[in-house]
Amino acid sequence: MSSRRTFTRPGRIAAIAPYLWLALFFLVPFGFVLKISLSQTAIAQPPYLPVFDLTQGWEAIKPALAALSLDNFRLLISDNLYALSYLRSLFVAAVSTSILLVIGYPIAYGMARLPRRWQAVAMMLVIVPFWTSFLIRIYAWINILQHDGLLNQVLLALHLVSAPVVWLSTDSAMYLGIVYSYLPFMILPLYATLAKIDPALLEAAGDLGSSPRQAFWQVTFPLSWPGIGAGVLLCFIPIVGEFVIPDLLAGSNSMMIGQTLWLEFFTNKDWPVASAAAVVLLLLLLAPLTFYDRLQRRQLEGAR
Amino acid sequence: MMARAPNRLSPFNVVSLALGLAFLYLPIVILVTYSFNASRLVTVWGGWSLRWYSEFFNDRAMLEAAWMSFRVATVSATIATVLGTLAAIALSRGRGFRGRTLFSGMLYAPLAMPEVITGLSLLLLFVALNAERGFWTVTIAHTTLTLCFVAVVVQSRLGALDRSLEEAAMDLGCGPARAFIGVTLPLILPAIAAGWMLAFTLSLDDLVIASFTTGPGSATLPIRIYSEVRLGVKPEINAICTLVIGLIAVVIVVASFASKLSSARGESAAPL
Repeated sequence: MSSRRTFTRPGRIAAIAPYLWLALFFLVPFGFVLKISLSQTAIAQPPYLPVFDLTQGWEAIKPALAALSLDNFRLLISDNLYALSYLRSLFVAAVSTSILLVIGYPIAYGMARLPRRWQAVAMMLVIVPFWTSFLIRIYAWINILQHDGLLNQVLLALHLVSAPVVWLSTDSAMYLGIVYSYLPFMILPLYATLAKIDPALLEAAGDLGSSPRQAFWQVTFPLSWPGIGAGVLLCFIPIVGEFVIPDLLAGSNSMMIGQTLWLEFFTNKDWPVASAAAVVLLLLLLAPLTFYDRLQRRQLEGAR
Repeated sequence: MMARAPNRLSPFNVVSLALGLAFLYLPIVILVTYSFNASRLVTVWGGWSLRWYSEFFNDRAMLEAAWMSFRVATVSATIATVLGTLAAIALSRGRGFRGRTLFSGMLYAPLAMPEVITGLSLLLLFVALNAERGFWTVTIAHTTLTLCFVAVVVQSRLGALDRSLEEAAMDLGCGPARAFIGVTLPLILPAIAAGWMLAFTLSLDDLVIASFTTGPGSATLPIRIYSEVRLGVKPEINAICTLVIGLIAVVIVVASFASKLSSARGESAAPL
């Protein structure tokens, strides 16, 4: 097949610039996070003691290596605050991802069953909020959920409640915000898989005596697994590290790890501990990230 | 096609679609409406007014932040589009080069990576390089994030292209580079445009990565909005948000026009 040779060499040359860029600005920085996480906090600018100084040569590196400390990681383990933050993050991400799947699946399924030309419109309608600012969409909810906001006014006017309900700074508000913001991320991969399912398969199931409901659970649902996987990972992974939504909508009594990291970095100026927190977060997410990478690659490259 | 029994749209499908879209749009509609409210209090509808818009146009700090965001978004989206398109070409046309797995890993990981990690790691790099933080550090950070989105959009388009067109050009004597510029590039141009616009809006939107990588005195618009929002709802913010939504809506209309152009040429549009 001549397509094997198509563009192979220019293709490789095209890789050089983005390869170098990503190596320098995506891969190498993780080395720095690891390095700082092993260094000691200092009241200085920048606020950590340097670990390696390569200009001094090998002789200087040996004592530096000996000075590497796992203190920051010990702190992460010994202080309940961090363990609780990680657990809360994983819990919040798991709960929100489940809600997202339950809400997103019927919407994606509805989209996939629309007539062709309406599918494009529906897809556009789902994508538009995804393009609209994240922060603005959270802010829109603050407008609605605040003490004298629209929701309370409606509830009071309908006599459903007798006094304004506290919505802001609660976990419900945070879940609402997360589900609202991530819904397109769940719908789009689900829709992409559902739309690809051959209708002939469902007809065959019908001809063989399945009811539409049976056909859904025995044919459509199993075939949509790749979309479910992609949607779940695309929501779960970033929600674990989410900062903006819990910060603006949830109460201040318990924090997600993204908030703890932010606090250590911006308020306490403890860069080494923030870095150690990031390393642990990355380790927690390594497995789901690998799965996601594999799914993406299969979807974009294996489909041919 | 609608007549086939297993494919008919059930009432359940219609209701879930309608509710889902209402859920997605209602808050935005409410926000836009409130931006024209003359009253300072959200509780009171004081009639239509452009008061909060004029307030924004007299707010120097906010305007500077908006200008900074606009410049960062334009420059980073442009660099990201060049790099992302090259990456997409490399992945779909250059098979089996050394380090390909690492390359695609680096390309897909930022799509899902929590922003606090990306932001922190880039900041530590900039500090280690002794770079002055401000416009360029934020621009580089946004380029790194958004080039991955551009790559995905362009790559899915390249994957859907009919490869035989390129081969025909090469059989007729074009070199690979000329075949690409003459045949492939015009066909993927709509996807490249869509990628640019996606990168632009993502950059305009980002709070977390910009907070880590910017320096004193160069706040972006989301950073300013965030610090205002933390202090409570202000009608002026409604107006700014409406303006941003308007700008993004224009971008989307242009993008959908571009993808219409591309589907008119006989291929399915990119998913994003």
